Amino acid sequence: MIEAYVERASTYAGDIDNLFSMVFWIVAVWFIAAEAILFYFCFRFRKVDGVATEYITGEEKHHKKWISIPHYLVLFFDVFIVIGAVAVWYDVKQRLPEPDLVIGVVAQQWAWTFIHPGPDGVLRTDDDITTIDELHVMENVTYHIEMESKDVLHSFSVPVFRLKQDIIPGRRITGWFKATRTGEWDIQCTEICGIGHALMPARIHIKSAYDHNQWVVQNSPNSSGQALASISQP
Amino acid sequence: MSFSEKYIFSTDHKVIGLQYMFTGIFMALIGGFFVYVFRMQLAFPGIEVPFYGTVTPLAYNSLVTNHGTIMIFWFAMPVLIAAFGNILIPLMIGCDDMVFPRINRLSFQIFLLSAIILIASFFVPNGGFGGAWTAYPPLSAEAAYNSTPLGAPMWLIAVALEFVAFLLGGINFITTLMNARAPGMTMYRIPMACWMIVIASILFMCSVGPLIAGAVMLLFDQTLNTHFFDAAGGGDPLLWQHLFWFFGHPEVYVVLLPAMGFVADIMAVMARKKLFGYKTILYSVFATGILSFVVWAHHQFIAGIDPRMANLFTVTTLLISVPIAELCFVYIATLYGGSITFNTPMLWALSFLVEFLIGGVTGIFLGASGADIYFHDTYFVVAHFHYTFVPIAIIGFYCGITFWFPKIFGKMMNDTLGKIHFWGTIIPFNFIFIPLFLLGAAGQHRRIYNFENFQDLALPEFFNLRVIATVSLIVMICFQLVFLVNFILTLRKGKKAPKNPWNSNTLEWTAESPPPHGNWPVLPTVYRGPYEYGHPDRPDSDYWPQDEPGPDPADPDYKSTQA
Amino acid sequence: MSFQVPIATNRSATGIPTSRLAVWWILASEVVIFGGLIMCYLMFRLHHESWGFEAAHTNPIAGGVNTFVLLTSSLFVVLAHQAAEAKETDKSVRYIWFTIFGGFIFMMVKAYEYTTEITHGYTMFKSVFWSFYYTATGLHGFHVMAGMFIMWMISRDVKKGKNLHRVEIIGIYWHFVDVVWIFLFPLLYIAK
Repeated sequence: MIEAYVERASTYAGDIDNLFSMVFWIVAVWFIAAEAILFYFCFRFRKVDGVATEYITGEEKHHKKWISIPHYLVLFFDVFIVIGAVAVWYDVKQRLPEPDLVIGVVAQQWAWTFIHPGPDGVLRTDDDITTIDELHVMENVTYHIEMESKDVLHSFSVPVFRLKQDIIPGRRITGWFKATRTGEWDIQCTEICGIGHALMPARIHIKSAYDHNQWVVQNSPNSSGQALASISQP
Repeated sequence: MSFSEKYIFSTDHKVIGLQYMFTGIFMALIGGFFVYVFRMQLAFPGIEVPFYGTVTPLAYNSLVTNHGTIMIFWFAMPVLIAAFGNILIPLMIGCDDMVFPRINRLSFQIFLLSAIILIASFFVPNGGFGGAWTAYPPLSAEAAYNSTPLGAPMWLIAVALEFVAFLLGGINFITTLMNARAPGMTMYRIPMACWMIVIASILFMCSVGPLIAGAVMLLFDQTLNTHFFDAAGGGDPLLWQHLFWFFGHPEVYVVLLPAMGFVADIMAVMARKKLFGYKTILYSVFATGILSFVVWAHHQFIAGIDPRMANLFTVTTLLISVPIAELCFVYIATLYGGSITFNTPMLWALSFLVEFLIGGVTGIFLGASGADIYFHDTYFVVAHFHYTFVPIAIIGFYCGITFWFPKIFGKMMNDTLGKIHFWGTIIPFNFIFIPLFLLGAAGQHRRIYNFENFQDLALPEFFNLRVIATVSLIVMICFQLVFLVNFILTLRKGKKAPKNPWNSNTLEWTAESPPPHGNWPVLPTVYRGPYEYGHPDRPDSDYWPQDEPGPDPADPDYKSTQA
Repeated sequence: MSFQVPIATNRSATGIPTSRLAVWWILASEVVIFGGLIMCYLMFRLHHESWGFEAAHTNPIAGGVNTFVLLTSSLFVVLAHQAAEAKETDKSVRYIWFTIFGGFIFMMVKAYEYTTEITHGYTMFKSVFWSFYYTATGLHGFHVMAGMFIMWMISRDVKKGKNLHRVEIIGIYWHFVDVVWIFLFPLLYIAK
C-alpha cells in the first residue's frame, strides 16, 4: 500500500511494506467491527418512548465475557504483529551484513557530505570521491553507511529504501542497505536541525554497476579503474 | 467582596477553574492561529498569509514548535485537568472547596506567569523557540544552533513553571479526592470524571520529575555553558530524549484520562444506563498508567539507542494498546440496552469514541518497530497523534463545556447551534488529517516549511492533499465562531438552567446553577454509586440520585423488590 | 474579607490528616525529581571512568560533617514535633530553631566547599561530573533553604499556639531533604 506512493528500491523495503499491510488488515478488522457495533448500538438503542433501559452492571460473568473474549483476541493478534515487527527490525537494524562497500555520510547544518570510496574500493583513502547533497551507489551491492554529524542531531532518510537513522554528534552510527533498482530519488533529513532543516534535501543516484563505475572513474581524484571491477559483480 | 477579591484573587475553586478555562481558551486561540499560518504556508508556499505575512523558515519552526507546546501544556492540561478538575471535583464529591484553596490560587498565578513568559518569548529578538516541542539538544541547548538565544530559555522556563503549577494543582486534586469526600462516598461511588482527573494528576506527578531535572540541566546548558547534553563536552544528547519521553509518554495518558472521564459520565447520563464495568474501567486505567512508564522509547526507536532495546519497547507498546482497547469496548458496551438521547453533549461524547479509535489503531503501526523505521518523523505520526489529541483536547473540552455549562453558568446553551457547531467541527477535522495519513505514507517528513524543495514530494497530487487539509482547517476554525456565538448569546440572554437539566445522579446537579460560594448550605451525604440509571426497582424514575436517602443496589445485602 | 478554611480541609475520609497526605504526595514528586537526576548521574558515572578521578576532588570530610549536621537537625525536628504534640510551644519553637540552625551550618559548610573547589578550578564547567555535582548539591541546597524558610514561618505560628500540626509536616519534609543527602553523599563524596 505504501508502494502506491513510493517505490521500493531496497531489499527490505518490501518487508517493511508487508509489515504495514499485515498490521493494516488486522487493525482494519477490529476498527471496522468496533465502529460498526458502536453505530449499530446508537441506532438500536436510541430513545423510544415507552421502552425502558436495561440495568446491566457489567460485573456479571455472562456480560463480562463480551469484553474478555475480545481482550484475549487482541492479545492473540498482537503476537503476530510483534513477531513481524521484531523480524523486520532485526533485519534492518540489529544485523549488519558484510559490506561490499562503505560510504561515509556527514550531516551538518545544512548540507550532506557523502564520501564515496574511489576505484580502490576502500573508504578514507586518497581516491575517495566527496560530494555535497548527492549520493551515488550501485544496485545489488551491500553498502554500509557510516553516519556522523558535525553539530546537532540530524537524520538520514531514504524513503525508497524505507530507511531512516538519526545521527548523533559525537558518534559514528553504521547502517546498511542493498539497492534493488536504478533511479534517482530524494534523501531527507528527518530530525529538526534548525532553520535550514528544509534546506538540505539530497538525491540518491542508484545506477547499474557499469554506469556507476564510469561515474567513479570520472570523478575520483586519483583514478585507476581496476580495483572496482571485482566488486561490481552482482 | 470587591471585584478583585471575587474574581482576581479568589480562592474559590469555581472561580479558579474558570480562570484556568479562559486562559486555556485564549492560549488555544493563539495555538490555533499558529497552525492556520503554517498550514497556509505548506499549502501555498511563499504566500502572504492573511493577518500574518510571509512565513520565514525561522518563523515556521517557531510556529510549529509553539503550536504543539501551547496545545498540550496551555490548552489541554489547563482546560481538562485544572479547569474542569477545579470546578467539578469538590462539587462531585460533595464538599465546599478544595482542601488547600490558597495553594490552588497560587498554582493559577504560577500558571498565568508561565503563559505570560511564553507569549513574551514570541516578541524577543529572533522570536520564539523553534526546536520543536520535544526540544532535543544540541539544537535546543545552543543559540548558535537554534538561532533563538532568548526564545529558547524563555520557552524552557515557561514550560518548567507550568510543570510547577500543575504539581501544586495536583496536590490539591489528589488530597481533596482522598480526604474531602462526602460521608458515604466510598471508593467505588466516586464518579469517573473525578477518578480520571486524579489518576491523571498522580501519573503527572510521578513522571514529570526526571524531566524537571532535565530542564534544569538544559537551562544550564543554554545559559551557563555546561555540557550535560553536549557530546563534545562529555555529555550525551540522547539523555535528554530519555528524560523527555519518560515523561512524554505518561503525559499523553495524563490528558487522555480526564477526557475519557467526561465521556463516561456523559454517556451514562444520556443513555440512561449504568456504566458498564466500573471496576473494569478502573483496573484498565491503573494498568494503562503503570504500563505507560515502560513504553517511552518507542519515540526513540531509530534515535541511536541500542537496537536490542527496541524489541522490548515494541512489546510493551503493543501491550498498552490492550487496556485502552478494553476501555473502548467497555464504553461501547455501556450503550447496549440504553435509551440514548442525541443532544449536543452526547454527540461530542460519541464522536470522541469514533475518532479516538482511529488514533488508537494507527498507533499500532508506529509501535511496531519495523514499520516505525519508515514512519518515524513523517506526517503519519502527525496524523496519528492528532487523531488522539484532538479528541482528547478539543472534543473533550466540548464534551465538558456543553454538558456542565448549565451548572457552571446557570443557563442552557442552544442545542441547535450546538449541533451545527458539532458537525462543522467533526467533518472538517477528518478532512484535515486523512490527507496527512496519506502524505505520511508517501514519506512526507515533519517540520519542513516548504515541500517544493523535495522533488519526490513536490508533486501536484501531494499539493492537492495539502490544500484540502488547509482548507478544511479554515472551515473548522470558522465553525468555532458558532460555538462562540452560542456561548456569548447564552450568557447574555439564555434560558435559565434548572438544577438538574439532564436528570443526572451525581452530586454537582443538586447544587444551585451556578453554585454559590461554599456550594451548598448543607453538604450532602451519599447513599449509592453515581450510575444507578434504569434500576428495575424504581419504575417511576429512570435515575437514582446519589444523595437520595435509601438503599444501595450494589450493596451485597441489597434485597431487590423484583420477584 | 479574610480567608476562611473550608470544611473540606478538615475532612478525612482516609483517616489521615489532609496536610500529612499532601506532604507525602509532594515528597513523591520530589523523589522522582531527585531520582531522575541521580539516575542520570549514575548512568554517566558507570559509562565514564574519568568521573571517578574527578570525584576524588570532593571533600569527604566536609561531606561527612554535613551528613552529621543534617541527621542531628532531623533529630531536633522530631523533638520539636514531640513538644508540639504535648502543646509545649516554647520548647517546640526552640527545637525548630535548632533545626534551622543545623540547616544554616549545612549551608555554611557547603559555601566553604564551593569556594574552595571553585578557587581550585573545579567549576561547574570543568566537566560534566562537576556540572552534576553543582546541580545536584545546588538543588538539594535550595531545598534546604526552602525548608529553613518554611520552618521559620511555622515557628511564628507555633509561638502563638496556632497550627501546631504543621510541625510534623515540615518535619516529614526535612527528613526527606536528609534522605536525599544520604544518597548524594556516597555518590559524590565516597565513591572514588
